[in-house]
Amino acid sequence: MSEAILDIKGLKTYFPVKKKGETLFVKAVDGVDLTIKKGEVMGLVGESGSGKSTIAYTVMGMYQPTAGEIIFQGQNIATASSKRPLSLKKDLQIVFQDPGSSLNGQQNIRQILELPLRVHKIVSKSEMEKKIVELLKTVELPAYYMYKTPWAVGGGERQMVSIARALASNPKFIILDEPTSALDVSIQAKIINMLMKLQHEQELTYLFITHDLSLMRNIATRVAIMYLGKVCEIADTGEFFKNPLHPYTQMLLSSIPVISEEEERLKPAKVVSTGEIPSPVNVPPGCSFHLRCPQRMDICSKMDPVMQEAAPGHYVRCHACQKA
Amino acid sequence: MSKNSPIIEIKDLHVWYRTYGGFSKVLNGVNLYVDKGEKIGVVGEAGCGKTTTMRSILRILPEGQSHTPQGEILYHGKDILKMDRKDLQHVRTSGVSMIFQEPSAALNPVFTVGTQIYDVIKYSEAGKGCSKEKIKQMALQAIKEVMIPDPERIFDCYPNQLSGGMKQRICIAMAIVTPREVLIADEPGTALDVTIQDQVHRTLKELVEKKGMSLIMITHSLGVARELTDRVYVMYAGNVVETARTQDLFANPSHPYTRGLMSSVPRLAGGGLAEGIYGHIPDYLNPPQGCRFHPRCPQAKECCKRQKPPIVDLGNGHKVACFLDAEVV
Amino acid sequence: MMEANLKTNTNELSVPSASARFRESFRKNWYKFSRNKLSIIGLIVVLAVIILAILAPYVTPYPKHAGKFVDYDNANLAPCAQYLLGTDIIGRDILTRIIFSFRGALLMAVVVLAISVPIGVFLGLIAGYFKGSLIDTIIMRITDIFLAVPPLLLALAIAAVLEPNLTNSMIAVTVMWWPWYTRMVYGMASSYRNEYFVIGADLIGASRFHILFREILPNCLSPIFTKMALDVGWVILIGASLSFVGLGEQPPTPALGQMVSDGSRYMPDSWWMTIFPALAIIVIILGFNLLGDGIRDMLAKGEKGNE
Repeated sequence: MSEAILDIKGLKTYFPVKKKGETLFVKAVDGVDLTIKKGEVMGLVGESGSGKSTIAYTVMGMYQPTAGEIIFQGQNIATASSKRPLSLKKDLQIVFQDPGSSLNGQQNIRQILELPLRVHKIVSKSEMEKKIVELLKTVELPAYYMYKTPWAVGGGERQMVSIARALASNPKFIILDEPTSALDVSIQAKIINMLMKLQHEQELTYLFITHDLSLMRNIATRVAIMYLGKVCEIADTGEFFKNPLHPYTQMLLSSIPVISEEEERLKPAKVVSTGEIPSPVNVPPGCSFHLRCPQRMDICSKMDPVMQEAAPGHYVRCHACQKA
Repeated sequence: MSKNSPIIEIKDLHVWYRTYGGFSKVLNGVNLYVDKGEKIGVVGEAGCGKTTTMRSILRILPEGQSHTPQGEILYHGKDILKMDRKDLQHVRTSGVSMIFQEPSAALNPVFTVGTQIYDVIKYSEAGKGCSKEKIKQMALQAIKEVMIPDPERIFDCYPNQLSGGMKQRICIAMAIVTPREVLIADEPGTALDVTIQDQVHRTLKELVEKKGMSLIMITHSLGVARELTDRVYVMYAGNVVETARTQDLFANPSHPYTRGLMSSVPRLAGGGLAEGIYGHIPDYLNPPQGCRFHPRCPQAKECCKRQKPPIVDLGNGHKVACFLDAEVV
Repeated sequence: MMEANLKTNTNELSVPSASARFRESFRKNWYKFSRNKLSIIGLIVVLAVIILAILAPYVTPYPKHAGKFVDYDNANLAPCAQYLLGTDIIGRDILTRIIFSFRGALLMAVVVLAISVPIGVFLGLIAGYFKGSLIDTIIMRITDIFLAVPPLLLALAIAAVLEPNLTNSMIAVTVMWWPWYTRMVYGMASSYRNEYFVIGADLIGASRFHILFREILPNCLSPIFTKMALDVGWVILIGASLSFVGLGEQPPTPALGQMVSDGSRYMPDSWWMTIFPALAIIVIILGFNLLGDGIRDMLAKGEKGNE
């Protein structure tokens, strides 16, 4: 395919927690390598506490990484957002999960959309209104919404506004942090379709963070699964769903409630979900998944497996899979 | 219909909320019933009135704000809406129990989970006259039943020491610790991760089947309804738009809303996403005339805008409230 | 797709004009404000006090009585048709003096709040946004020092050091008033800075100025305005307390506290000299409190989706 737009190398983001005098670290992201190619929709899937959002926020500069590199368009950007140049902020945007809290309720939609246009000097003052109408049109909202406040419109429309705001600065790369998980499925379909259309039209690259594997099946070009701050499996979407290797992936797939027999057959049959994700302060030694793993071996509790290529483009981090 | 009369039967339930802008006409004639030992699902998107319906069964609608519900909610043939306090209390303590979406909000953070389960037993009819030790044993048994290992340790934990999945299990334990006939589960897995949700749902299903309880599962997820229930009601904007046995509904969805909803669900088999359903749930202060779905319905006709659609029986308990099917039959 | 959205009015499809939007928001705000009838009473009381204060020379029966005026013939009269609220010990009309004293009281409230609120809010915003930094520590520890001293004592101390007059009592009250706003805004700003809309603005590349004054400040305004409306009453009360002990407005200019204090010497026989100014204080404070509640209702965010 084409060249990488974002290259994450050995990324670690730790948060200190003080507990009875000693400082422990929440290892939210613990050594992640991820390459995202231009024009791709990368699905980053994991449960809560897996560190998927922390990766997104570290890439955005909301957290200072503890170690590692984030190379965006050939430039290392592993710094906090306050030290980043404006041009970088223009190219890199994010859509948060909850449009209710990511839009200022005290501003109307016009003021919200004006900010990126003004900061990045996209249009002159006289053309502002025209551009805002145009932006609203791209997300299929009528022009009169301009003077409504985010509270006065529905949840789905609110999320459309935050997408419009992210698009305003003509970014190259957008992180979508569970953009539809707070919305109903009928609205989700609408928004996802629009996002995919925009991605196509404006040649965008998406890092799509979600817990919804079924959704990723339909829109992602590649899927990565995260567990406790580490990536366990990455593959192209087709390969990933045809041949899921990591026991955790299989457990996730088997847990998804589906609505047809056809899908039922795609779920790994024998795997049953057990146990819970441990606290990232106390990561089990060895493979972090071994406590819940149905294919657990002796080595799993002693040595952390490394990422290996199981099939072309299909990487998995598991002792059991490597032996096979 | 079943041979015996259903445990709970809701007939033409209307609930209005009093708001500053006038009456919010949330429920618009809901009909549903649940038989003994049956697992039914009530599926609908946010704001369709599914929670309001369930809350009216226990009469836990926000006091003062809600207009008196109209219609009937029969519990063994007795109208819950007209019950006095004592009878209502009987329904609440030994008839129907409910678990909520947010387990951390349903548990009191300043008491141990053991105390909270203990109190449920103490004030129920089953716990009358039992010794302290006996009640504690019952509580421990309940914790064990919801698949929590090490019940003694959990008994002394405060809710914030437990994970979300554990808390939801405790809520289930509280709901089943004394004998009940019906368990209403209001999106019990929605706040949980998918692997944990799966575990909680399995526990719930096993327990309900073991104890011969009826389950009313409220959910926004068609997949959850398909995996857990025998019969499904699909609700939209305060109406039941379609009801059928679960297999029939998924094999042959009839109402345009049900079809739209099903096509919106992303499939694990791939194939892209459908267009979804345009628009949003109506403003209940001013709901659309006729069929409340008509503004969003791709197949709406003139009559849909004026008249409430008839309920059409497609056979085998499959009923749908739509003019389109009225023509076919 | 617009046709499908039946919820919207057809005439809404065009962008509404500025005046239409203003009328609409006024209508909505008035609706929320007037839901509680007590708020309207508060508003009426406050408007009446303000109008009376402004028009004092024209509406009072004896404008001259507000200054150096002596009329021993009519001294110490109980309320009667000629002097509705009676006269004081040197024959001045109590009603006239109460209405004139509204001027000083309101002036004090306006000046004190006009100075202390911007200062307090600004410091609170800065400290809250930079929570955990040195700036935060400096501002908030100073604030704490002021908050640690009982407010009336502090004002008394300052006013006692300075020459007793209205200006100096205003200075005294201003000095003790700003920390409350700093404390309040600090709490709000430090929580808003972690809200996604603030983070979002930062990630878009907005300046600090924008984030502080366009994103965070508007969200703090509703509690600030509510507190201000309530505070007018309290500033007047503190002002009255200062003048009660002789540290406020000096005779012969009337002040509510001073009138209560002077009259109290002739209690209970000449009760009207004390009771009516005291009642006036109560009515003003009540009026501003009710108004404050109304403003709070008006600025409160509507329920979800309910505008």
